[in-house]
Amino acid sequence: MDPGRRHLLRTGAALATSLLASGASRSSEPSLGRVVVVGGGFGGATAARYLRLWGGNIHVTLVERNPSFASCPMSNLVLGGYKQMGDITRTYDSLSALGVHFVQGEVLSIDVPGRSVRLADGTALPYDRLILSPGIDFIYDLVPGLLPALAGGQVVHAWNAGAQTLALRQQLEAMPDGGVFAITIPKAPYRCPPGPYERACLVASYFRQTKPKSKVLVLDANPEIQSKKALFERAFAQYHAGILEYWPNAELKEVDGNLARLEFEDVKADVLNVVPPQRAGDLARKAGLVNVNQRWVGVHWLTMESTVAPGIHVLGDATFSAPQMPKSAHMANQHAKVAAAAVIQLLQGEPVNATPMVMNTCYSFITPTDAIHVASVHQYDASERTYKTVPGSGGVSAAASPLEGRYAHAWAENIWADTLG
Amino acid sequence: MAAIEAVRVCIPAILLTGALSHFAALAQDIHLARNLAATCASCHGTNGEARGDMKPLAGMAAQQLRQVFAEFKSGTRPATVMHQIARGYTEEHIGLIAGYFAAQPAKR
Repeated sequence: MDPGRRHLLRTGAALATSLLASGASRSSEPSLGRVVVVGGGFGGATAARYLRLWGGNIHVTLVERNPSFASCPMSNLVLGGYKQMGDITRTYDSLSALGVHFVQGEVLSIDVPGRSVRLADGTALPYDRLILSPGIDFIYDLVPGLLPALAGGQVVHAWNAGAQTLALRQQLEAMPDGGVFAITIPKAPYRCPPGPYERACLVASYFRQTKPKSKVLVLDANPEIQSKKALFERAFAQYHAGILEYWPNAELKEVDGNLARLEFEDVKADVLNVVPPQRAGDLARKAGLVNVNQRWVGVHWLTMESTVAPGIHVLGDATFSAPQMPKSAHMANQHAKVAAAAVIQLLQGEPVNATPMVMNTCYSFITPTDAIHVASVHQYDASERTYKTVPGSGGVSAAASPLEGRYAHAWAENIWADTLG
Repeated sequence: MAAIEAVRVCIPAILLTGALSHFAALAQDIHLARNLAATCASCHGTNGEARGDMKPLAGMAAQQLRQVFAEFKSGTRPATVMHQIARGYTEEHIGLIAGYFAAQPAKR
């Protein structure tokens, strides 16, 4: 065989191998480019998945610090003892099978001008476009004593699902009958507006069944319930009276062990669950993307691109929300599809969708079986360059029902599949 | 002579077609139907392949989906949430979504 032909064969074999390794679905097409996605929650995982579904030959790397996916939605059922951690945990295997290069690791820094992500183990991941879905981190400075109490385990937040969820469940199980569970809610905006009220309901349900002399105290920094207000008020009165007590304008000022100091009084809790004040995830701050109220990332809503760093798209809870847009898993999943479509078109040098829409549906359990929802539909408004809710659309449940409880479970099953495959 | 005539006729036609398609790209993304349908996928599954208690939309006849949506919008079809969601989409949106899901293979 002549050397030229041999070389050609080798190159061909190497090319085929590299295409297989990259999971390219359409090997005849040139690669669109390299996209790195950081954060494998509802936003990041959906973005990675839809880039592969819609992008053809596109190299997608997903970086996530955890080996598996733990869902915040439905995690309050775990706290109540109505689901197990295994029920809300999923692998990233289907994304890998789709050709997403999954890397479990911690991002150390982002070289914005150099377009490269550096991991803690020294790996450099160069990108043509970067998608960040960093979630939230906490503003410890606003609550003196909180950081040491969390570190020491006297207080849990359970506002990221996983080890914190289990820790809170164990504390609730260990609490004697007649004890007090207090949950503190920060001023809005925070991740999952109805989440704390759902949690209070499900812990109250658990207490009624197993520790009926116990109390649930909801200490809300806000002047009123932040989502599905009338429905939660009805649930508190109808199902949880005698166990659950709701205090508005009760902002947590300081934590001392499991003592919650408010403005005018101190609350001693057997189990203290602090939902801390929140901002965009550390990663966004380190990359210099936090430019709204020193907390959130401003984005161009047509592409989800940061308003300060071209080429970096930011999704989910970390963004400075459009009017009436909740920080929810469902919304992060929707952001991700807008970003995936836009990133593909930008890599192809094509104009992006000028009229995107997103929508949200969020279920909350008020008992182990009955749920309520809030829904909204958001259309991009070109003149104001943001999303606005469509007049006449959206709303909340007429009443809590077991039917909506079934839909809540189905919602979770479907959004997990849409996010992870 | 006939060939020259044909060229005369064709050039403006090509220019016009080019201009129109450029305009269309600005006015409406070629993936708009896919993108709108993707807003349904969070609950109804990727490409409408729903699981469990959610209604699969993949393979549903376009006329049927438009009809169901119209009934949700008007309130004549019982709903927990879909009446509120349907009212967020225009007839044009619904037509595009219906066309997209009708073209997807039904999985169950």
